[in-house]
Amino acid sequence: MPPFFGVLFDGAAYGMLLFLMSVGLSVTLGMMNFVNLAHCSFAMLGGYVTVTLMNALGWPFFATLPLAFIAGAAASIVLERIFFRRFYNSNELNQCLLTIGIVFVSIAAAAYIYGTDQQSMQLPRYLRGSVTFGGLDFAIYRIFLIAVAALITIVLVVTLESTRFGAQVRAAVNNQRMARGLGIDVDTLFAVTFALGGGLAGLGGGLAVAMLGLDPSFALTYLIYVLIIVAVGGLGSITGSFVAAMLLGVADMAGKYYIPAFGSVLIYLVMLVMIMWRPTGLFGRR
Amino acid sequence: MASETMTAAAAPTGPHDVLRAQARWRWGEIAFWIATLLPFVLTPDYLVLASQVAITALFALSLDLILGFSGIVSLGHAAYFGVGAYTAGLLSVWGWGEPLTGLLAAGIAAGLVGYITSFVIARFRHLALIMITLGFCLLLQEAANSASWLTGGFNGLQGIHTWRLLGKFEFDLYGYTAYGYALAGLFLVFLLARRIIHSPFGLALRGIRENNARMPAIGAPTHSHIRTIYTIAAIIAGIAGALLTQTTETVSLETLGFQRSADVLVMLIIGGTGRLYGGLIGAAVYMVARDQFSGLNPQYWYFWIGLLLIAVVMLLPNGILGGLSSLAQWVEAKWRKKLP
Repeated sequence: MPPFFGVLFDGAAYGMLLFLMSVGLSVTLGMMNFVNLAHCSFAMLGGYVTVTLMNALGWPFFATLPLAFIAGAAASIVLERIFFRRFYNSNELNQCLLTIGIVFVSIAAAAYIYGTDQQSMQLPRYLRGSVTFGGLDFAIYRIFLIAVAALITIVLVVTLESTRFGAQVRAAVNNQRMARGLGIDVDTLFAVTFALGGGLAGLGGGLAVAMLGLDPSFALTYLIYVLIIVAVGGLGSITGSFVAAMLLGVADMAGKYYIPAFGSVLIYLVMLVMIMWRPTGLFGRR
Repeated sequence: MASETMTAAAAPTGPHDVLRAQARWRWGEIAFWIATLLPFVLTPDYLVLASQVAITALFALSLDLILGFSGIVSLGHAAYFGVGAYTAGLLSVWGWGEPLTGLLAAGIAAGLVGYITSFVIARFRHLALIMITLGFCLLLQEAANSASWLTGGFNGLQGIHTWRLLGKFEFDLYGYTAYGYALAGLFLVFLLARRIIHSPFGLALRGIRENNARMPAIGAPTHSHIRTIYTIAAIIAGIAGALLTQTTETVSLETLGFQRSADVLVMLIIGGTGRLYGGLIGAAVYMVARDQFSGLNPQYWYFWIGLLLIAVVMLLPNGILGGLSSLAQWVEAKWRKKLP
């Protein structure tokens, strides 16, 4: 495969994973202004659930994915009820500190249970290998990733744009106090959204293992990427997160492929310029 | 903070009297600084650790100036620490290992970087500010990693040698000189920071922290104030970094990293933000605890730090010092009730 298309294709698959892991954070941040640095811990949890179910219990890959989703959702709803809800009116420093504390605990817990090694898993046979199409090789798993993420994006956008729940979420993101005034139960709405976001992160984590690997530092490594996507894409914007995730995925792949000497310098530089240019993000309203 | 201001404001009248009353040295402070000399006598085996504590305390103090007193949240303060550390290290590698001028050069270099970045910092707040500070720190670390011809990359800088302090005191293995040097640096910078905080400028900074929108309305140039204090904090962080380089004679990429930025933030929060001694106490508690648990795998160490962070944020929002002062107030109130 010519490098250009290869980079574009791999970058798109990578961007789709990043999108799944970041979209929940974007929506919850937009709604409650709650800076949840522990978001990638939910993704890590999903990854470990998938690995454990497959390796220890012999579950098929597809059966583990719903459980990765449920685990992420359950963990986020528990944390939201116990800790996060007390901090919605607090400043962002306290929110950062609380959630980074949770990140540290989750990393240590993962290291205690699974050790610090990379986890390995065997994809089912029909997802391995690649297909040739028009003279180009496409890895099947990456096609699968893009398809799954595209499907989820469509479901998300449709839900948000044309259901009652979606309208309430949009109202709460746009103006939380006004939404309350209209009789929308923002607290419950937020808990549900939070669970959905955590679940998507968990699913993203489960899907990510085969492509990005999984070890306890996952929660911190990809946290930075997720934060970049949210900050660049704009709070509360699904489209923004999608575009930012794609950009980041392709740019990161291209940077690593074409100018490996620069490492990640390029990504951070682009992010800094983007945030200075548009502090509310590409698609941010505020 | 508020209680301190109020008790001090009870007696005097004019604004300058208030500031002067706040700036008065208290017995507790004098006792604290005398206590810092105790490691020389009581625990001479731990002087190396003590010097690390003093350096980290200096770094925490510099973060306190911007975060605690001016309300500028930074997740990337290690950038300036690292610039100072690498400046001192490079000078030494290039053949100039004189410590005091090395400190000066490191302070200037870090201050310059801080001054340039402060123009960006002053314009942003909230999430954008957090992301910018974090991004800048990561960018600098990646750049240092890539420029391995200059910085030694992943392996760190090799061949640093620090000359005798003032031409007399050699940096020995036991850390006598190192601790004395670091402590003197900490004390002098502390005096400066104390002076800044108790000046009208320091008062303006606290105004910016409390309400950034109202300060311009009373005619305070908030952007230039933020630039000034940010540059000062960068200089102090650079000096702390240079002290670490000179006393340990090593520099690694870790001095620039996110981990160090997060660690110093944690120390400051544990000690208490917006209090001059918060960073100092927090650094001492954190470093001594880490030394005691050094047998532990670092992964598990972070488990306890994480728990501690959650506990501090949930239960002691103003850190150890904040908790102590509320306790003191509570006891005092009880005591007053008993008296007729």
